[in-house]
Amino acid sequence: MTTIIDEIIQRPHEGPLATSPKDFKAPIDVRWCAGCGGFSILAQTQRILATLGIPKEKFVFISGIGCSSRFPYYVDVYGMHTLHGRALAIASGVKIARPDLSVWIATGDGDGLSIGGNHFIHTARRNVDLQVLLFNNAVYSLTKGQYSPTSLEGQITKSSPLGVLDDPFNPAALALGAGATFVARAYDRDAKTMQYMFERAAKHKGFAFVEVYANCVIFNDGAFDEFTMKDSRPEHTVELIHGQPLVFGANQDKGIKLDGFQPIVVSLTDGKYSKDDLLVHNEKDSTLAYILANMTYAPGLPRPMGIFQAIDRPSYNEKVVWQLEHYAKAPGAGDLEALLKGEDYWEI
Amino acid sequence: MEKKVEKLDRVTIRFAGDSGDGMQLSGTQFSNTSGTMGNDVNTFPDYPSEIRAPEGTLYGVSAYQIQFSSTRIHTYGDRIDVLVAMNASSLKVNLPKVRKGGLIIANTAGFGKKNLELAKYETNPLDDGSLKDYKVVSLDMVSEVREALKGLELSPKNVDRSKNIFALGITYWLFDREMNSTEKWLQTKFGKKPALYESNKRVLQAGYEYAKNSDLFPVQYKIEDAKLEKGIYRNITGNEACAIGLTVGAKKANLPLFLGSYPITPATEILHWISGYKKYGVKHLQAEDEIAGISSAIGASFAGYLAATTTSGPGLSLKVEAIGLAVILELPLVIIDVQRGGPSTGLPTKPEQSDLLMAMYGRHGEAPVPIVAARSAADCFYQTIEAIRIALKYMTPVILLTDGYLAQGTSPFKVPKIDELPDLSVKFWTDPKTFQPYKRDPVTLARPWAVPGTQGLEHRIGGLEKEDLTGLVSQDPLNHQKMVNLRAAKIEGIVNDIPPAVVEGEQEGDLLVIGWGGTYGAITDAYNQLRSEGKKLSYCHLVHLNPLPSNLGDILKRFKRVLVPELNSGQLRTLLQAKYLRPILGLNKVQGLPLKSDEVEDKINELLEEGK
Repeated sequence: MTTIIDEIIQRPHEGPLATSPKDFKAPIDVRWCAGCGGFSILAQTQRILATLGIPKEKFVFISGIGCSSRFPYYVDVYGMHTLHGRALAIASGVKIARPDLSVWIATGDGDGLSIGGNHFIHTARRNVDLQVLLFNNAVYSLTKGQYSPTSLEGQITKSSPLGVLDDPFNPAALALGAGATFVARAYDRDAKTMQYMFERAAKHKGFAFVEVYANCVIFNDGAFDEFTMKDSRPEHTVELIHGQPLVFGANQDKGIKLDGFQPIVVSLTDGKYSKDDLLVHNEKDSTLAYILANMTYAPGLPRPMGIFQAIDRPSYNEKVVWQLEHYAKAPGAGDLEALLKGEDYWEI
Repeated sequence: MEKKVEKLDRVTIRFAGDSGDGMQLSGTQFSNTSGTMGNDVNTFPDYPSEIRAPEGTLYGVSAYQIQFSSTRIHTYGDRIDVLVAMNASSLKVNLPKVRKGGLIIANTAGFGKKNLELAKYETNPLDDGSLKDYKVVSLDMVSEVREALKGLELSPKNVDRSKNIFALGITYWLFDREMNSTEKWLQTKFGKKPALYESNKRVLQAGYEYAKNSDLFPVQYKIEDAKLEKGIYRNITGNEACAIGLTVGAKKANLPLFLGSYPITPATEILHWISGYKKYGVKHLQAEDEIAGISSAIGASFAGYLAATTTSGPGLSLKVEAIGLAVILELPLVIIDVQRGGPSTGLPTKPEQSDLLMAMYGRHGEAPVPIVAARSAADCFYQTIEAIRIALKYMTPVILLTDGYLAQGTSPFKVPKIDELPDLSVKFWTDPKTFQPYKRDPVTLARPWAVPGTQGLEHRIGGLEKEDLTGLVSQDPLNHQKMVNLRAAKIEGIVNDIPPAVVEGEQEGDLLVIGWGGTYGAITDAYNQLRSEGKKLSYCHLVHLNPLPSNLGDILKRFKRVLVPELNSGQLRTLLQAKYLRPILGLNKVQGLPLKSDEVEDKINELLEEGK
């Protein structure tokens, strides 16, 4: 059954593709605060969009509400700035309807994990083929400084002047637990890694979740400095590289080894262990992904950065298409006169 | 014995038994057969809200009521003429609805000691004289069925289960029904199990023969055909009519269909039906919640689909914020609300018309939404098409109100030809040179529908107030005023695109009855009855509730008194009083039950008496 949407889907792109990041800049001022982590995320996204070989008109950006959710206004493709928390549900509708589109979501720790938590877990579970960029600044910024579901216990915010009592979500573990097939973590100061992960996310067929530590200069400045500043980062983070041992430290002198299921830090300089003893990252290993994600708040362990997991599983939108294709060949397919009549009819 | 034959105009029959007794099946077959024979038919299945209620209990009673007639009818009947009671509980629950002098056909096998205890009867009502105001026929259907199936190799369970078919056979003789349509149905159903086909056919015949030959049934009744318009007919529930309406409407719009929905009584069957329509190219998402249901539909609409969401009261409450988004995005969306008793969980399986004011006003900000309401199960099809028409033409969410009574009940549906249905085709905007996201059509004030994938039309929309024409974010005070006015004018302008209200009966005078939605049947039957008695009154039924038809104000001026019967505390009455600044009378029932024509008649008679 062809409909007028088929003409839109099949119409070839005329002229050369947009290949400059500039082509993806909307003619509008970006209204984030100076120094906001969002600027870098936006710039890296525009850079990657220009390299994917996808016509501009095939990109859709969907967002909810929050500082991060202004994102679609700044990207010169199709976009929709929607309801607080609902971006993933709306994006699911776009992608299920139109698998030909490349659908991206910009969300935050409040929008995506608090009010939108339900949609987050279920969209991950269904493995809808979406790129989800979650700007984690561990605070509500647009409402001017309340704690969020990733704020740390004890954090002082406007709505927790005496300290947060909640325990935070671990977004990577939550995504894995919900069934996300691609789970990664990056941070705003590292443009190269972000680009790599956005590209991988774009090429992943399924729910691709990238948590980005984004500094909020106004309400939670420096929250991630330990993991993102040049001087402290090497000692406090470990980079996950597929097929490589987990080595970290300013002098690459430490590593992560598994003791049972427990990751532990070992020295590579005291002669007891070599790189060969270390845990080797495998992004296809779901069990390992859980172990690595659980290092996030573990005291004494470096924080993992990189791709926790990238596994293949048919996406929901693909399965919808398969089902339709299958039943398009069923007896009586498309016969709406028969649908109207039903099985029990009579003639007068 | 020689049997008498009597002619009747209309009969209301109710098959009642335990949840597991197959009453829905007997009722459906009786109804389809009667339709096939040319009677007008109206039905209501009435089953318990418990999934598997304990056997034999009062709350486990399941029933199916049919009114069939040689004239046009619009309800399933206020009073039961014939009650088939398969057990004691089903008699107890349904007896209050049986008219005095009515016939009760009781299956004595369901009136044993345990049945009587579960039904909380001290003595057996079949022989303690308590039913002296009724005609009672008692027989043991289970032993009759066992007798009829002697010699066939069937499990005792399968034998006893066919007692509902035996009861059906009895009623087929009693009302001179043809058996071939049910036999054909049995063949389809049991085609792969010839033993069951054979046994059910035999039991149907046995029931028929039993009634024919027994002294217990001295009279056979004939109900002539209703001389309905020629054509193909079927019975349809309101929910199936909505599902087919969405599917056929999408075809007429030349758009693919997407349904985003979350299960909720009594709207769920729309989702059930649609989810089975893969061979018609329909996409659906059973979402994680009501909000995701409508949100995914908004996404699909942005992507160029005819998008819909289906729900009932509590779900509509949850969707309210998203409806506001669809209003400001100005995207087409069909929202079907199958109303049920509220507030909160309320009466989940029972009908009410109490969501009208929520549909009208239940959003923050100035967010007008067109509202249409279906008046019968079959009309759910046409009003779904109408909701689609308005949504697409005016780029707006539209709320279609039905209710639990229309959704679950059936009425005969004259099957339309697809070619004869209105053309709903739309065009996407494709020209980049002239494109502005909020540049409106001068007539409809609809904005262009520019869908992703169209080169050169890349644009952003959202929930923040838009600048006129460009759709860019704007905080400008005068622009906000302008956009609020434009959105209102667009919805108000639909008034020029809907039929005027029609008054039946006197065109001016003393008393005008105004109805909306599912109370149409009860009011129409009452109106027809009173008119046939020579009484002067008028009736106007509203399909469009926002905007209201343009001539309604003039109509109201022509009548001294106006009565609005509705299943709420006066919601349409409130709207009419506010808009037309005149007093309106109400007949308001909020019992979780459909309106009865008797109740409307009584109220009108009371008013006519007062007016003398």
